[in-house]
Formats: sequence, structure tokens, C-alpha cells
Amino acid sequence: MSALLETRGLTVEIAGKSVCRDLDLRLEAGRCVGLLGSNGVGKTTLLHTLAGLRLPAAGQVLLHGAPVLDLPRRRVAQKLGLLMQQPEDSLPATVLETALIGRHPHLDFWRWESHRDVAIARRALKHVGLEGLEQRVQTALSGGERRRLDIATVLVQDPQVFLLDEPAHQLDLQHQMALLGLLKRLASAEGRLVLMSLHDLNLAARFCDQVLMLFGDGEALFDTAERALDAGNLTRLYRTPVTVLPHAGGRVFIAG
Amino acid sequence: MQKHPGLLLWLPALLLLTLLAFGISLALGSSSLSLHELWTALLGGGSDFDRTVVMQLRLPRSINAFAVGGLLALAGALMQVLLRNPLADPYILGVSGGAAVGALGAFLAGLAGIWVNGGAFLGALLSTLLVFALAHGRGGWTPTRLLLTGIAVAAGWGALISLLLVLGTDASLHSMIFWLMGDFSYQSGGLLTLAVLALGLAGCWPFARQLNVLARGETLAEALGIAVRPLSIAIYIVASLFTAIAVTEAGAIGFVGLVVPHMFRMLAGGDHRRLLPGAVLLGGCLLLLADTLARTLAEPRQLPVGVVTAALGVPLFLYLLNRARGPL
Repeated sequence: MSALLETRGLTVEIAGKSVCRDLDLRLEAGRCVGLLGSNGVGKTTLLHTLAGLRLPAAGQVLLHGAPVLDLPRRRVAQKLGLLMQQPEDSLPATVLETALIGRHPHLDFWRWESHRDVAIARRALKHVGLEGLEQRVQTALSGGERRRLDIATVLVQDPQVFLLDEPAHQLDLQHQMALLGLLKRLASAEGRLVLMSLHDLNLAARFCDQVLMLFGDGEALFDTAERALDAGNLTRLYRTPVTVLPHAGGRVFIAG
Repeated sequence: MQKHPGLLLWLPALLLLTLLAFGISLALGSSSLSLHELWTALLGGGSDFDRTVVMQLRLPRSINAFAVGGLLALAGALMQVLLRNPLADPYILGVSGGAAVGALGAFLAGLAGIWVNGGAFLGALLSTLLVFALAHGRGGWTPTRLLLTGIAVAAGWGALISLLLVLGTDASLHSMIFWLMGDFSYQSGGLLTLAVLALGLAGCWPFARQLNVLARGETLAEALGIAVRPLSIAIYIVASLFTAIAVTEAGAIGFVGLVVPHMFRMLAGGDHRRLLPGAVLLGGCLLLLADTLARTLAEPRQLPVGVVTAALGVPLFLYLLNRARGPL
């Protein structure tokens, strides 16, 4: 299978600290990939580098086989969507307006959003359970609702490659399950690629086909979730003991 | 932001308001005209006196007031996106301070007329370049860094303004204070200012959808395919230029640039494709009406237009703010 997103000899550094060194990665269509690592290890930095928003120290990132930094930003935005950890906006806009921002890369310079674009945005809002709130001001939403609005904006962008920075953060159990189920379907049924940083190992084991672990010394591990998520790797990853217990045909992870 | 709902509603309404404001401004004054007399004079008929009053005194001043109001509102809307800060106004980065020091310096040197305008414009440009260069420094160009640099530079200008006021002679002091409060009695290039406003709006409007995206944050805008840096630099230059021209024409009129964009947001939402033209018309009307009141209210004395702007705008804005549903 062809790789949607690929890294060749990728070295990423932040403030002199190594996030990953000489990383060769092939991320294929149809996969749901978890990005795991402790706080401050550089998950966000890596995601931004993969999105072409940050220069790597060495190596390159290929999107559909083309170096992401050589592609026009608009072309990248048509194929690759990034969910950021924090929203940055402070000017008021309605929920629908905020979600519609995701259509930007698909619209020509002079075009206004069509009824079709509005329909896409409404559908995405429905997917994340925000229907009925379209005319609310986005700054009035609760933390979890706001998170789902940002996710809806990426869904509206309709990319082949999803790079998601802690998508499950601030979501309650019901919405975590719904969201990750949706992402899993986007990958397996529609042939997209989802790469998301997660802190919940149980979510990672349940929904991810593969995981990429960043150990903090520039070392990384990329393998199937099945093989990578064992007590040894996880204890090394979080520098705290992790116990893996079999449960109902799967596994659960407990600290200690 | 759907197709464009409301486009058919607010645009004619604001255009009508604009016509009305011009009508009032042209008719009212030391010799008030009836609607019929005004119309005749505008068409080149009526008495010589009426024609001179309307065409040579009131019309240029009205055009100037409208254009300055429009420029300030446009600059304010742009600055609020650039800094992603609802409290930003055209003067927040020190443009008006630089202009004031230039203008007051000219007054102090005993100069008048075109020299005051020239001094103001040079001061505004100097301040723009200074803030740009300083904020550029090491470590990149974030809204916060730009904002803090602008505020620091503005504080510096503020001290210089106080110094110039202390040094001023009694004769120059009156002009200085009037200038600082905003005043149209030294007006010069009405049509030129209007042309700048029209060109400026026409130049900014095609980028309004990009402004919508930029307003949601720099990284998100970048991720959605916008060249954030060139766009930010362009906004900064253009907004500063608009402000410099407005301040040169009329002194530092406060309030319009901060509040008019918010008024429009409360009335018709924050989509910049509507906000930019809407704020221009609303800002123009507000300042035009304020100037009309400023020159008629206490005849034969003229009040500083900045005072009247605040007197009109503060209650109107507070009313809208109070009425607005949900948080801002």
C-alpha cells in the first residue's frame, strides 16, 4: 500500500532537545495511528512538523510522495488537516461560522460558501453532537463543546490526512467513544489516515492500529498497537510502572 | 456566513443612513437650508450664497468627516484581526501618538496649515516604522509582542506630548488641545481622503475571507493554507497608513475605530466580508453626524468633534452592548 504521509531521516529538535532522530516512517491510508509520549516530549512539535508548519532539523516529510514544504500551503490544507491543542481565537463568531472556516482551502479566492458548504458544516456539527447550537457564539461553549467544535472544523476541512493533537482531551466518556469510533471509521471505511496524540492508553489500544512512541531522548518506536503496547515499553515511555491486564478479549492498562 | 443572508438588508439600510447623514450635514449650519434649497444648490441652482455654503464649505468638510470616520473604522477592524484582540483600536500601536508629536511640534514652531498636517503624517509614519522594526527584533513577531511594543512606544509619545504641551505658548496651546481632541476645521483634502477610503476598502475586501480565518488564530490560519506572515505585514502597513491619513486630516479622534467594528458585529455578525464595508459606512456616518453637531450645537463656537463623537457613541455603544445576547 502507498504511504499517505512519509518521513525520511526526519530529525526534529525543540530548544536543543531532540524529539526524534533520523526517523523513517510510512503512514498508510486506512490506518488509525496513536502518538504516545510523556508531557513535553514534543508530540505537538512533531505534528506541526508533519503538517509542514515547522522546519525539521534534518530530513523531510512527504505528503502523497511530495515534500510537504515544497507544496503550496493551500494544496497541503486540501489534503491535510491539523487539530490544535488549544483554540486561539478571542473574537466572537457563531458555531456555524467557526466550523465553516474549514472550507477555506477548498474555496476559490472570490467564492463565498455555497449551500453545499453549509450542508457539510452542519453535517460535521451533527457528527460531533453540536446540532442545534449552530447560532451560538463560540466563546460561550463549554470546554468539551469547544473541543468538539474544533474537531468539527477539521472534519469540514475533509482532508485525507488527519493530524490530531489530543482529540479526546476534555471530552466525556460518551463523546470520547463517539469521536474515536468516527475517526476509526474515517480511516478504515474511507481510506484516510488518522494520526493522533493520546494520553489514554485504553483508548489507544482500543482504536489504534499502530502507535508511534516518543521516548524523549530522540528515540522513537513505531509498531502495531498489539506489539508496542506492552508493560516494558510503556514503563519506559512514562517513567512510571504500568501494568497490563487481560480483559474481555482485550487489555486494560493501569499505572503502578 | 451562509450565502450572504442579510446582505440585502443591512447594505441598503447603511447606504440610506449615509445619504441621510450627508443631507443633514449639508443642510444644517449657521444658515440652515430646506431640503428643496439644498437640492437646488447641489444641482447648481439657487442663490450664490447658498451654493457657496453648500459646495465650498459644507460639502468638502462633510466628505472629509465621512472619509475619516470610514478610515478609522476600517483600520480598527483590521487591527482587531491583526492582534486578535477585541480591545485593539487604530491608535493602539502608537500611530496617533507619533502624529500628535509631529503636529504639536509644528504648532510649537509657530507653523500652521499644511505644516501641521505634514508633521502629523511624518510622525505617524515614523511611529509605524519604529514599532514594526522594534517588534520584529529577535524571537519573531507575535501579536503580543507587537501589542506590547506598540503600547510602550505610545507611552513614550504620550510623555513627549505632555512635554510639548508644557513648552507650548499660550497662543499655540489652544490649537494644540483642539488638535488632540480631533478637529475638522483645518481640513484639507476631502475628496483625496475619500478616494483613499474607497481604494483601501476595495483593496482589503477581497481578502476578507482570509481575515475571517486569521481571526481564528495564526496557527489555524497557517494550517488552513493562508500565508499568515505576508498577510499580517500587509494588514499592519495598510491599517497604519489609513490611521496616519485619518489622524493627519482630523487629529486623534478616539472611539470610532474601537467601537464601530463592534457595533457592526453586534448588528450583523463578524464575517469580514460584511464587516469591512459595514464598518466603513457606519464609521463614516457616525463621524459625519458628530461633526455636524460639533459645528452647530454651540454656534458660533465649534466643539471638538472627538467630544461629540464620544457623546453620541458612548450611549449608543453601551445600549448595543447591553442588548447583545450571549458573551462577546
